[in-house]
Amino acid sequence: MGVRALEKFATEVGGADTGPVTCVGGRSQWDVGGPCLPSVREVRAPSGVTEYEPAEMIVRCRAGTPVAELDAVLAAAGQMVTLDPACPEVATVGGVLAVGHSGLRRLRFGPVRDVLLEAHFVTADGSLIKAGGPVVKNVTGFDLCRMLVGSLGTIGFLAEVVLRCQPRPQVSAWYRAEGADPFEIRSRLFRPSSILTDGASTWVLLEGRAPDIEAELSFLPGDWQAVEGPPSVPAGGRESLPPSRLRSLHGEYLAEVGVGTVHRPGPVGVVPAQGRAADLQRRVRDAFDPSRRLNPGRMEAA
Amino acid sequence: MTSTLVADLRRALSPGRVLAEPLELALFARDASVMEGHAAVVCFPTTTEEVQAAVRIARSHGRAIVPRGSGTGLAGGAVPVSDDASPPPVVVVTTKMNAIVDVDEVDRVAWVQPGVLNLDLSRAVAHLGLHFAPDPSSQQSCSIGGNVANNSGGPHCLLHGVTSAHVLALEVVLPDGEVVVLGGLDPDPDGYDLRGAFVGSEGTMGIATRVAVRLTPLPPAIRTMLVDFETVAAAGATVSGIIAAGIVPAAIEMMDSAITCAVEDYVHAGFPRDAAAVLLVEVDGLADGVEEAARLITDIAVAQGARTVRVAAGAEERALLWKGRKSAFGAVARIAPDYYLHDAVVPRTKLVEVLAAIADIAERYDLLIMNVFHAGDGNLHPLIVFDRRVAGTLERVRLAGGEIITACVAAGGMLSGEHGIGLEKRDYMGMVFSDADLDAQARLRDVFDPTHACNPMKVLPGGSRCGDLQHVPEGAWV
Ligand SMILES: Cc1cc2nc3c(=O)[nH]c(=O)nc-3n(C[C@H](O)[C@H](O)[C@H](O)COP(=O)(O)OP(=O)(O)OC[C@H]3O[C@@H](n4cnc5c(N)ncnc54)[C@H](O)[C@@H]3O)c2cc1C
Repeated sequence: MGVRALEKFATEVGGADTGPVTCVGGRSQWDVGGPCLPSVREVRAPSGVTEYEPAEMIVRCRAGTPVAELDAVLAAAGQMVTLDPACPEVATVGGVLAVGHSGLRRLRFGPVRDVLLEAHFVTADGSLIKAGGPVVKNVTGFDLCRMLVGSLGTIGFLAEVVLRCQPRPQVSAWYRAEGADPFEIRSRLFRPSSILTDGASTWVLLEGRAPDIEAELSFLPGDWQAVEGPPSVPAGGRESLPPSRLRSLHGEYLAEVGVGTVHRPGPVGVVPAQGRAADLQRRVRDAFDPSRRLNPGRMEAA
Repeated sequence: MTSTLVADLRRALSPGRVLAEPLELALFARDASVMEGHAAVVCFPTTTEEVQAAVRIARSHGRAIVPRGSGTGLAGGAVPVSDDASPPPVVVVTTKMNAIVDVDEVDRVAWVQPGVLNLDLSRAVAHLGLHFAPDPSSQQSCSIGGNVANNSGGPHCLLHGVTSAHVLALEVVLPDGEVVVLGGLDPDPDGYDLRGAFVGSEGTMGIATRVAVRLTPLPPAIRTMLVDFETVAAAGATVSGIIAAGIVPAAIEMMDSAITCAVEDYVHAGFPRDAAAVLLVEVDGLADGVEEAARLITDIAVAQGARTVRVAAGAEERALLWKGRKSAFGAVARIAPDYYLHDAVVPRTKLVEVLAAIADIAERYDLLIMNVFHAGDGNLHPLIVFDRRVAGTLERVRLAGGEIITACVAAGGMLSGEHGIGLEKRDYMGMVFSDADLDAQARLRDVFDPTHACNPMKVLPGGSRCGDLQHVPEGAWV
């Protein structure tokens, strides 16, 4: 039964003769990577968690599963997957992976591309391809999974994925201080989950077992208030900078210290690859979707 | 023909850094696997420009290029092979490109040349309280470029992730001689993650000439425990119990009784010679949290029937325990002259079952197989110890190896957790991937190397794309 849902999805996506097609998730990050051309036929990936063995710390689910639904299943076993989208109720697993934007806990848990262990995806010719494998450590063949994350659906549409789980932290606590030096905080803390700054305030997320949180807190100079959560994150655009460049930011922003992601209220220009790197980008697109039928309009540089 | 090739390379590099004598070439015909090839010429560039020159000269002479680091690879990745119709390849060795170019201690990034040895990098940044987290057992001798190409792992990758999680950017000489930078020091460079594609590409997508690696803070506190068990099953249950308790140790390594005895004879670290299995478990972090985790792990182990839990008293004892683990290969050299180290990965919950299957295979082929491996992430390393001079042995080693891989795949595993596919396992790829899956991988390689000039015949089986060779060449197996 499981396989049939994937095959049905592949048939829906169709081959070259079925024209342009776009894959819709929760539309929570629909505009990332440029608007999809209007009136393109829409498909949706199947949904649902299909296999979960907590002792393996991996989970298999369909790409159309809302992140909150996946999270509820994992929470029951004390685990999580650090997809961390802004709107977990609407964002789908496949959508978060295709966009490839990591959540606010990247400092500790790494980029979202590192959670994808195995992917079943539908290519432009309608075939169902598997990449990677259902184990936490794997160098069997070339790493198509890393390529799929952030590809905005232009290499193929994700149908089913296997993701790496983590233990859910026993304690998860945000703190805020005014006027602290976030860069100094970064050098003092051992394994913070997140350090955010808007230029005036600093927010820190500490996670783990109680003794770890207490120890980390003791490293924080000054006056820190426990707060509910992070501030609201500006959603106009994301800048990607080497972390040390965050010291000289201007305007309105929320920056992820130690990571280099800067959230801005307004749109942000991206720096596309140049020269030979741009040529390689185009060659990837040509190799997987020569007629540009998957998500036309997205990833224009390639 | 080879003589003009050699002359051109000597002009572009320097005569002393281009080897072509048969005895010299023989040294580069193998890596640490049991496979063997043949190089036309071996060169040692020192700069990116020299790598470019070597690649261009090789191409202009119609030769393939085989990148090589320290030659410690176990899957034949650096073994120079070509099909019968093509002349032998040019081997490009990175060992003279061994400078740490730049260390940024604030952003915790280092740019290094590919020939820098893994442990040398960690040593060079230790005074900053940092290290390069991937720690293959071969870390004293393997190169960062080799780590990148094989996406290498090590005991501490359980907590920190394998090489791919520690590589931010790469400067690469492509198979046509052009230079490109993949990835970047910022978190999300625009476009496809070509950096991610290159890591683990086993030398088939070009030669990495500079690597930007992430440096990881050294933990303030560490607890290393040696736990011993009367059954392999109890050790396996302890691994599962630790994971189920939500603890992610820095490392969980398992050794079976045969390798434990071999190691004890070699390093005299007090490993229990009568144990069925031992676990080496390490937790690191902040002092109080580490104490708590160590206590929890001890409780779990004892509940599963552990006989003793030995906690290393200090840095010296810790180093001794790790020396035991990491010198397992030196230890077996005293038992028999040859070993064949396998690498496969299985679901963690299947470890005990697969170990039993391996023991059965050993018995049927009348071979000594020892197990020392990364239990925390299900990464098995069955080690076949043998003497190739005994007639028929090598054939039994090969057949047993095939059965081990089959057993791992049958348990839901994959062909390699960290050593790569290289030449060794390319013809097994069809066990875990369909033709369409392999074609997709081949398309990715072709983005970088459309003419298959770089490390040909590796990773993908013949026929993944039309025009590919069908078989590993005769004589590649020693
Ligand atoms: C005793 C022993 C223990 C080991 N333990 C481990 C372990 O714990 N974990 C683990 O993961 N591995 C282990 N290995 C395997 C091996 O050490 C690793 O694969 C290592 O990363 C190889 O590095 P190298 O410099 O020796 O590469 P080589 O063997 O020289 O080459 C390996 C591959 O990388 C390619 N390559 C090398 N340099 C470059 C470059 N600059 N650009 C592009 N391609 C390149 C080669 O073409 C080849 O395909 C062990 C090996 C031995 C002998």
